[in-house]
Amino acid sequence: MAELSEVEKGSLDTLAEFGARVNELIPRLRRYARALTGERSAADDLVQDTLERAWTKLHLWRAGSDLRAWLFTIMHNVHVNQVRSRSAAATLPLDDDVADAPVRATQADMLEVRDIDTALKRLPVEQREVLLLVALEHMSYQETADTLGIPIGTVMSRLARARERLRMMLDADAGATSLKVVK
Amino acid sequence: MNNPQITEADLHAWLDGALPQARRAEVEAYIAAHPAEGERMASYRRNDQAIEARYDPVLTEPLPARLLHRDARTPARLWRYAAAAGWIFLGGLAGWQLHDWKSADRRSDSPSWARRAAVAHVVYSPEVRHPVEVAADQEAHLVAWLSKRLGTSLKIPRLDALGYSLVGGRLLPGDQGPVAQFMYQDAQGQRLTLYVRTNRDHSKETAFRFAQEGNVRQFYWVDRSLGYVLSGEVGKEDLLRVANAVYQHLNP
Repeated sequence: MAELSEVEKGSLDTLAEFGARVNELIPRLRRYARALTGERSAADDLVQDTLERAWTKLHLWRAGSDLRAWLFTIMHNVHVNQVRSRSAAATLPLDDDVADAPVRATQADMLEVRDIDTALKRLPVEQREVLLLVALEHMSYQETADTLGIPIGTVMSRLARARERLRMMLDADAGATSLKVVK
Repeated sequence: MNNPQITEADLHAWLDGALPQARRAEVEAYIAAHPAEGERMASYRRNDQAIEARYDPVLTEPLPARLLHRDARTPARLWRYAAAAGWIFLGGLAGWQLHDWKSADRRSDSPSWARRAAVAHVVYSPEVRHPVEVAADQEAHLVAWLSKRLGTSLKIPRLDALGYSLVGGRLLPGDQGPVAQFMYQDAQGQRLTLYVRTNRDHSKETAFRFAQEGNVRQFYWVDRSLGYVLSGEVGKEDLLRVANAVYQHLNP
């Protein structure tokens, strides 16, 4: 018991508050995880792993800092590791520029992608994360940047690419329009 | 229009309501003058709304048991961290619990060694930094050391099939000499301890016996020269399943 972390030094009130606030955020973590993975059980696995890691890393959380961002950062890290370990086997492309996987060749194919689940799944994971944090979780660009540990400029470019790709997939008319040059 | 240089980032910031008033007016003027851009923004907004419509219902879905399970356990977790915060608190709580047990003693027929195992469980399972003396990564050493101290050949049951992995073990003073405590935990951090003592008072008991001390449930039994106590703050059925696995592992 030589070195106690901030939280361990803190009062039981702080800890009870931590627990209560984590619990309050579980539905939001689930919503984000569901959209990110597109699958119910995989999403709840992700939430469970995230909560587990949050509790074991409790000593790293500083009271008063943004708990939501902290939890979403943990979820991001857990998810990245899962995707990475899966991609090692399945060679899932992760890079923004390569990741139009699987390439949809014709406009007819585009038109098949009608539901938002499928469309989201086809976004590169980096773009999906940014779009979901902004559009679903309503984080500010700065919060999104902090959560994902990327510069705000990267948030903007991924957001623009994500929205444009979704539009190409989901809008009947958009397939015919040429892709906008992103400034 | 003061600044006609509207960037893609401006358009998204406009969509997300992240622009200051003045800039917002400029972007809106730009969009009004460029209907195709207005169309594109409308499409982005529709898709954003479709994402919300699709996934917002998750917010009100009942939590699955495995996440609820954590909810239910949160007070225990908090208790653990609180315990880590100071031995004064732990001492106070343990004292209070022991007082509780003492008064329950008159009714409890569990042997003193099972109660010692419960105390050892309560004292060590909340430990964040030093739950064990020798960790599972030195399992061979752990077995050799504790076997030598107890003067008998010990085996450490594998409970991975039930989701419990070995954390490690420690040597403790028992009522008749050294005893061993092995600790296991599941993916949620729920810990079980297996207390192993040499059976010097030649108890004949072999059946599983159940005891409960506060929140700690226990199955204890005597198997030849050794007495075992499995303790945990889990349901009786779950604990029995583990106790069976322990027994089977020790009697292949």
